[in-house]
Amino acid sequence: MQRRVVFDNRVLPYLLLAPQLAVTLVFFFWPAGQAVYQSVMRQDPFGLSARFVWFENFAEVLRDPFYLSSVRLTVVFSAAVIFFAMSSGLGLALMADRQIRGGALYKTLLMWPYAVAPAVAAALWFFIFHPAIGIVGRGLNNAGVRWDFVLNGSQAMLLVILASAWKQVSYNFIFFLAGLQSIPRSVLEASAVDGAAGGHQFWRIIFPLLSPTTFFLLVVNVIYAFFETFGVIHSLTGGGPGKATETLIFKVYSDGVLNLHLGSSAAQSVVLLLVVILLTAVQFRYAEQRVHY
Amino acid sequence: MGALRRVHWGPHLVLMLGVLVFVFPVYMALIGSTHDVGTIARGDMPLRPGPHAVENYRQAWASGRGERVNAAPVSRMMTNTLIMALVIATGKITISIISAFAVAFFRFPLRMFFFWMIFVTLMLPVEVRIIPTYAVVSDLGMINTYAGLIIPLIASATATLIFRQFFLTVPDELVEAAKIDGAGPMRFFWSILLPISRTTIAALFVILFIYGWNQYLWPLLITTSRSMETIVIGITKMIGTGDAQTDWQIIMATALLAMLPPVLVIVTMQRWFVKGLVETEK
Amino acid sequence: MRHRGTAVLLAVLLAFVTLAAGPGLVPSRAQGRAQIEFWHGLTRPLGDLLEKIAADFNASQGTYQVNATFKGTYPQTMVAAIAAFRSGNAPHIVQMFEVGTATMMSAKGAVKPVYQLFKEAGVPFDASIYLPGVRSYYSSADGKLVGMPFNSSTPVLWWNKDAFRKAGLDPNKAPATWEEVRAAAQRIRAANAAPCGLTTAWPTWTQFETFSSMHDVPFATKANGFEGLDTELMINSPLHVRHLQFLMDMQKEGTFKYGGRDSAGDALFPSGECAIITASSALRARVLREAKFEFGMGYFPVYGDVVKGTPKNSVIGGAAFWVMTSPRRTAQEYKGVAEFFRYISTPEVMAKWHIDTGYVPITHTAVTLAQASGYYTQNPGTDIPIKQLTRSRPTKNSSGLRLGNMPEIRVVIQEEMERAFQGQQTAKQALDSTVRRGNEVLRRFQRENTGQ
Repeated sequence: MQRRVVFDNRVLPYLLLAPQLAVTLVFFFWPAGQAVYQSVMRQDPFGLSARFVWFENFAEVLRDPFYLSSVRLTVVFSAAVIFFAMSSGLGLALMADRQIRGGALYKTLLMWPYAVAPAVAAALWFFIFHPAIGIVGRGLNNAGVRWDFVLNGSQAMLLVILASAWKQVSYNFIFFLAGLQSIPRSVLEASAVDGAAGGHQFWRIIFPLLSPTTFFLLVVNVIYAFFETFGVIHSLTGGGPGKATETLIFKVYSDGVLNLHLGSSAAQSVVLLLVVILLTAVQFRYAEQRVHY
Repeated sequence: MGALRRVHWGPHLVLMLGVLVFVFPVYMALIGSTHDVGTIARGDMPLRPGPHAVENYRQAWASGRGERVNAAPVSRMMTNTLIMALVIATGKITISIISAFAVAFFRFPLRMFFFWMIFVTLMLPVEVRIIPTYAVVSDLGMINTYAGLIIPLIASATATLIFRQFFLTVPDELVEAAKIDGAGPMRFFWSILLPISRTTIAALFVILFIYGWNQYLWPLLITTSRSMETIVIGITKMIGTGDAQTDWQIIMATALLAMLPPVLVIVTMQRWFVKGLVETEK
Repeated sequence: MRHRGTAVLLAVLLAFVTLAAGPGLVPSRAQGRAQIEFWHGLTRPLGDLLEKIAADFNASQGTYQVNATFKGTYPQTMVAAIAAFRSGNAPHIVQMFEVGTATMMSAKGAVKPVYQLFKEAGVPFDASIYLPGVRSYYSSADGKLVGMPFNSSTPVLWWNKDAFRKAGLDPNKAPATWEEVRAAAQRIRAANAAPCGLTTAWPTWTQFETFSSMHDVPFATKANGFEGLDTELMINSPLHVRHLQFLMDMQKEGTFKYGGRDSAGDALFPSGECAIITASSALRARVLREAKFEFGMGYFPVYGDVVKGTPKNSVIGGAAFWVMTSPRRTAQEYKGVAEFFRYISTPEVMAKWHIDTGYVPITHTAVTLAQASGYYTQNPGTDIPIKQLTRSRPTKNSSGLRLGNMPEIRVVIQEEMERAFQGQQTAKQALDSTVRRGNEVLRRFQRENTGQ
């Protein structure tokens, strides 16, 4: 977690950090503090009548059976999304990294999906998988599969997992590729000469050298799965059918923006914030032993 | 080379499958942009392109002119968005790279505390703090300005994280060599660190440019003049939710037009991914 | 490389400083005019038409300028308005969907009621120009207009005439009762004239809100919430349970398909998938564009044994305009808002809006104008929404709803319906559950708005 050889300056590091810290303090911590403060208030949306209620909002949230089932759902959802997104990204990056014809074309094509605007991507998925008018949706129904994510909770969950993972694969692909590309050729050639082939070479040489990238991506993917998947769920299922796809972040948004329960939404965000901080701290701790720098 | 040649077909298969799965929705957008809206809405859209490509793209590009007087033309939105995306991407990279440099290459009190401070920003989604953030921006008089649009977005924890990760892998010998030569940290930064960070910077530029390009929620809230609309706001404006009819073919055509600059960025930056340019070859 | 890096950094920093210090991108506003900010949530092409109305108003006089901006979907527009209000720069006018009415009305101090606006500005205005159902929706319990109606729609029955023909049904006769609807759907499925018989869009708005209104049964106590925040839901009455069971039975026999939440079901009709749909009158534009079959618009169905004589009027959907306060408002700006409101309620503007968009003409004079123009004779069926809205004097059950957190209640209803349709609970369980959960939502609203 700390380099062995460093520079000695005392003032310079603070100066270097200053811009980012300044922006973070003013535009994140100050508003975030106010948002967190909202979690101990009960108020109408316009702020015309506000009451300090200690931890009532938190108690309400944690007592709510729907909240607990949402926790379970989120764990399943996030694990699936992270697994699919990272393994696909890595697999594709490995294949694309080799010296094959058309390599550049593959690489370009696989990066494109990331450029699609999120709202459009969600709409496209809706269009492709809709049971009545989607090309795959209809295909599935014609082939005898009773595909209807509007009424089938597990299918809805499957759809949002796939759509969320899809969006993230390009991101993972780009970074895995950059990571692979920065492994010196000499190392690979040396290992090939030593007789390491295929899988062996991968696990013993490449994967460890890739571990900083993998670690970084794992952290980012966790954050993605927990926070940024809201848009996909909102566009595709709206949390339904019957709360089958209502993850924690969706609840936060729907309570805060759609239903304007600012206090409850803030309380839920604080809980989520603590959970993710914990998860990330664990990851960092774990990384100290395993990641090779 | 012999070992590599043997498994030629494997990668191709995997890659083609990957392209199929991951590019399919993009392909469908392309197909959708060449048909008329009725075909799409009825679900009759085939896998082959249709005959309406020219008129759809022309309409998408010109939308904003004509009797719909009050919409911003696509060209204007693209320019806007381009400026925003470029400034955001370069700004984020600049700020993050020096922060990561500080965290990785120095030892000072509160080092990890500051790092976590920066990092924790990722864990409170913007929707939750949007009202107080708006209030801060408003108090600073930055509503409806480029500054208000860009500065709050410019502190990127992910960029800082990845730079830090990368900097931790830089061999000690390089740092020692620089110290022995009497070079200060900034000299080391310019002459040695930046060049070897090339692939990372390129990858981040792609990601951050597209992030800036696809900004929707924040510009929507902060701006009240059409001249500041981003292209994604323009597209989302077309996706109706209820009483309005949706011109899917125009949306897809516009979305593909909107994808051109990011794709251009991807294609250009790809050069920097190529191994040969990486200078740490020993 | 060193020099290039420095140059890049310098360029970026320079750009930074220029941008941060530079002037804001305030658009060139017309000199001397009072500026009125108007935030709306209409996507294209409707939003463009709305903005054109604002532009026409600006062109028609030289004192005020209305700046219309799209601020996202209705929920996003709401959040934007709230954020702006809390920072002291709320827009003058904000458009809010009908289910946000209770929230807007409870925001006393943030919202200036329309009748008060006109009175203070000295601009004459007569609220009786509005159709009764429209007016009552946006008025307080004592009949004073609080929100400014503008884009309203109402649900109707759409049917696929070609499919009817194929199934041996009279293509020109709309099923008028639910029993007739079911019979028609059965015939259609038996002859396979369409893959699906009946579906619905906006399930809560159609199968519960409008349903209650037309059968003259309460949706909630206290006159559907008009008379107090301590209202409770009543949609688990025997009639409501009967209707949900009816839909569930139809689904089991394959004649009804649940189309999804909110507007998702809309897609199933123009595509030819379902032959009958209860959906907004505003679906017309889409059907015209996408459907490859002959279609008709008819009255929203009722139960023949429950409704004797003419059913009551239906409820409206859509949105209205609300006036927001701000410490920086001037009396002149409020006057401008009043003048703008007066402009948009003139028959010419209302009639044109109706014909261009498919929203209902909400003033009597606009209806007359549209009639006189021959629009209804040239487009048969387009007067059904109007007729349905005006066919009776609104009763306490058909004046609309005034329920807090209505969007949330709608989600609850949809969730319970979905569970019932998946066979996870009976109709009665679903509606009892809905009422229980919905009442919790209502109590929360009550607490949040009375500082308890």
